[in-house]
This record gives sequence, structure tokens and C-alpha cells, in this order.
Amino acid sequence: MRRNGIAFWVGAALFLVAVFAMTQVVRNQYPFFAGYVILQFIVLAVAWSILGGYAGYVNFGTSAFFGVGVYTAVFLVKATGAPLVVQIAAATIVGALLGFAVGLLTLRMQGIYFSIATIAISIVIETSVTNWRYVGGAAGIQIERPPVMELFNDYVQMLFFVQALLVVLAVTIARYIQKSWIGRGLQALRDDELAAECTGVPTLRLKLLACVISGALMCAAGAPAAMYVQYADPSSVFNLNYSVTVLAMALIGGTAHWMGPVLGAILLGVTQQVLAVTISSEVNVLVLGVMLVLFVVAAPEGILGLIRRASRGRAEGEA
Amino acid sequence: MISMDLLLNAVVIGVLLGCFYAAVSLGLSVSFGLLGVPQVAHPAFLILASYGVFFLNDRYDIDPLLAGLLITPLLFLFGVAVYRLYYETFEKRGNDAGVRGIAFLFGIAFIVEVLIILQFGVDQRSVTASYIGKAWQIGNMRIPVRLIIAFAVASALTVFLALYLSRTFMGRAIRAVAQDQEALQLMGANPVKIKQWAFGIATAVLGIAGALLIIVAPIEPTLDRAYIGRTFCVVVMGGLGSMTGTLIAAIILGVAESIVLSTLGASWAPAISFAMLLGVLAIRPQGLLGRRS
Repeated sequence: MRRNGIAFWVGAALFLVAVFAMTQVVRNQYPFFAGYVILQFIVLAVAWSILGGYAGYVNFGTSAFFGVGVYTAVFLVKATGAPLVVQIAAATIVGALLGFAVGLLTLRMQGIYFSIATIAISIVIETSVTNWRYVGGAAGIQIERPPVMELFNDYVQMLFFVQALLVVLAVTIARYIQKSWIGRGLQALRDDELAAECTGVPTLRLKLLACVISGALMCAAGAPAAMYVQYADPSSVFNLNYSVTVLAMALIGGTAHWMGPVLGAILLGVTQQVLAVTISSEVNVLVLGVMLVLFVVAAPEGILGLIRRASRGRAEGEA
Repeated sequence: MISMDLLLNAVVIGVLLGCFYAAVSLGLSVSFGLLGVPQVAHPAFLILASYGVFFLNDRYDIDPLLAGLLITPLLFLFGVAVYRLYYETFEKRGNDAGVRGIAFLFGIAFIVEVLIILQFGVDQRSVTASYIGKAWQIGNMRIPVRLIIAFAVASALTVFLALYLSRTFMGRAIRAVAQDQEALQLMGANPVKIKQWAFGIATAVLGIAGALLIIVAPIEPTLDRAYIGRTFCVVVMGGLGSMTGTLIAAIILGVAESIVLSTLGASWAPAISFAMLLGVLAIRPQGLLGRRS
């Protein structure tokens, strides 16, 4: 356990050093543009699986949290010109509050009702933003990037590093939850909510906590996106594609361990980036659908399940 | 404050629109309401049916309603195949279809959506028929003929399906399987075959519903997302599987949308169905006419 912990922190530190070194050495802009999107999806998928994986509540409202994160940043930039750190901090707080509200409203529903309710929340928020003139309404809004910090050559490189920090933060939190009493409680209520409730697990409070943490992380991941695209409009940031992509990443990777969504996000994220460049964005969505269906049908436990089965098979073969 | 005339107009249009919403929700009322399958791909299949109608109308100049009837058998087989796959993957193994069942059907919906885009492009499409574009003048009101057609056909379809479920042998079997699958099994019937048939019917009625959809307004490939809200709102509010409930809930939704459209404007319209759905789920999850606990 202890050695495991040291390995994790060393790994996280090495990852950040590598990302920072990359921003200093690599001159080509494309790796940062593509890499930023993949890192963003890692944060979203890890955050999603805190509620969706550990507790088994299939949240289709990822786009709601992501979009609110984007628009929190947009609003702050327009109203006060706040720096990036403030935008992300504010988005985290707004996300936590939104998670609390969404949780109170929906977490008593189960199965498909919860899923449908989260889609509904996303659309209702999208429609409200569409009708909010101050942040551009349906037409969207353009945003100017401020000058970049001295450490970095380029704003996108800085965003890339910031998103890498968020990845480490999200994974650390997910790992802590998985190992602590929170994760055990969530898993208990996923397996049998009534039995968990009867044995004294505070199910509603645990679900609310998971929803708050998950929502805060998703909003935080969305905040830098405004500066990344330098533009925001409701129909693209609240797009249902975000919700299904993130859910697919978590399910493809496997939801029993924090590694699952990371692996899934890397696999699907890289595939989509390659396809978007080489073929088209429509094929992108097709691949998303096909991979989702394939994995759900053929590999219910995701990549993690496949790895576990393979290693068990090898162990039996050797014995 | 809006005038009485305008309000009356909005209500009449809303009732007509509501009957149309009932027609597009009937299938979901069977597949989700009676069979308990989280059929989130239902709206995508609806749009697929509409594109089938568009294709026949555009290529061979067939009347949209007739085209809808022509593709009905194909849709039936498609529905049977989808249920078969769903059953073999989830229900048969008896493990939680919940999480992965929804993900599976969403995956199917996305695949259908993209295939439509690849085949027909992202532009809006519409059909041509002699009655589209005309309007009846009643008093101060102008009512588009296409809405009246949709209203008449949708009402007929609703009555037809309600009668089918309550009067025929197969219809009663479907309702029996929804109530107590095990009891049915003990009587020597095969519940899977009945559910497969029911899912086929639920998809087959999308032929006519899809024709009505493209008669009422032009369609585009991602239109299914708006109809996730509308159809689930109607089915949940109507009380899962009750045809009368579906009709009443659809009319309530139609009138609400129509009134918002003529007061607040079109930009608020997409949120109406989803907001009502949220309200129903939060306050009265068993629906307006629900009987299930």
C-alpha cells in the first residue's frame, strides 16, 4: 500500500515534468492543440466515473457541467477580465454548487430516470444561456487571450500545462475516493442501494458528495476551454456529444479503478484526434458509437477487465 | 398580456401539435413503458424513418403517408433485430442492463445519426405533397392543412394501437408480459418472443410517425435530440404504457409549447419538454395517470 502510494506520486511528478519539458522543447504547435483536448477528456472521464463508475449513476449531464465551466470563464473575462487561475477557481465553485443542486433534484431517481433527468438539465441550462444576451446568446461570443505568462512561449502551451495539472488533481481525488470509506460506500450502494441504506450507509449524502466533487472537476476542466478556442457558443459547448464521449471513455476503459477512465480517454481521444485530421469529424462520431456498442457488448468490464482476464489466463497457463 | 385571439389560436395549434407528439411517442410508450427497455434510440429511429419517407418521396414521388406505410415492415424487422441483440447481450445474462443498456442504445442512436449524415448530409430536408403549404381559414384563425393531416392520422394511429393492445390476442399478451413475465412463462408462453414482437410493433409505428414528422416540418439528422425530451416527457408524464395517458400528456406538452412559442419566442421552445419532464420526474415519477408504484 505504502510503496504503491510513493509510486503514484513519483509517476504524477514525472508526468508533470515531462509535460513542462515538452512545452519548453517542442516547437510544433499541433501536439499541444491535440494534447490539450485529450487531457481535457481525461479530466472529464475521471470526474464522470466518480459518480457514474463508483456509484453506478449514469450521468448524461457532462455537457451541462462542461458548458457551465466554459461560460463561467466567459462571464468573468467579459465582466472583470479575471486571470485564468481565477476563472478555473470560480468554475470549480460554481460546478460544486451546480452538482449539489443537480444532486438534490435528481439523485432520488434511479436508473434511466436519473440519466434522462441529467440530459434534461443540460438542455434547460443550454436554453437559458442561449437566451442570455450578455454572454453572446445563440450567436456565441469571441474572447481575446491576454498575454501569456513568461514561463511559456505560447498561450496554448500554457493551457496544455494547466490541463495536465487538472489531470493530476482529478486522478488524485478519484484515487483517494476509491481507497477511502467514500468509495466503499459508493460501491456498496451501487451493488444494492436498499441493502446499503439498511446497513447504515448514508446513501443520499454519499451520492450528493460524489455529485458535488464530480461536478466541480468537470466545470474546472471546462473553464480553460474558453481561452483555448477563443470562442464559445451554447450549441457546441452544451453538445450531447460531450456527455456520450465521456461516458464512452469511462466504459471503454473500465469503471472499477481510476486507471480505467484514463486509459479509455487516451484510447478514444487519440483515435478521435487522428480521425479528425485524416478523415472527418462525422466519422469521429461514428467511431464513438461503434466503439461504445462494441465494448458494452463484448467487453463489459472495459480494457481493465480485458487486462485482468488476460493476466489471470496467463497465470493459470503457467501453473 | 396577449390577446384572447392569439391565446385561442395557440391552444388550437397546441392540441393539433399534441396529437402529433402522441403519434411519435406511442412506440416509446410500448418499448419503455410496457417492456421497460430504456429505448433512448427511439427518437433516432424516428428520424431514420423520416429519412426513409424523404427518400421514397424524393426519388419515386410517392406520397409521404404511403411511403410511411411502405417502410413499416422494414422497421418492424429492424426493431425485432435490435431487441434480439439487446436481449442476448443484457436481459439474457441477467446482469445490470441499467448502465450498459442505456450506453448501448445511445451508441446505436449515434451510429444511426452519423449514417444519416453520411448518406443525406446535414441540410434540412422536406417532402412534397399537394396538401403541404395550404391552410384552412376558420374565423380569425389560419390552420395549416399539414397540421390537420398530422392530427387526424395521429389520432387514428393512437386509437388503432390502443385497440390493438386491449382487444387482440397478441396485444393482451404484450400487456401480460409487462405485468408479470414469470406468470406468463408458467402458463407455457414464451415471454421473449412476445417482447420481441412488441418491440417490433413499437418500431413499426414509427413509419407513419416519421411520415408525419417530415410533413409537419423539415427535418435534419440531429433533430432526434430535441425529440428525446419530447417523447420521454410524454411517456413518463402519461404514466408508462398507458395509451390514453400518452395522448393526454402529449396534448398538454403541445399546448404548453405552442403557448410559449407565441409568448416568449422560439428560442425558449427546446427547454419546455425537458423542463416539464424534470418537473414530472421530481414531483410525480409515476406520471399523471400512472398506476405503478
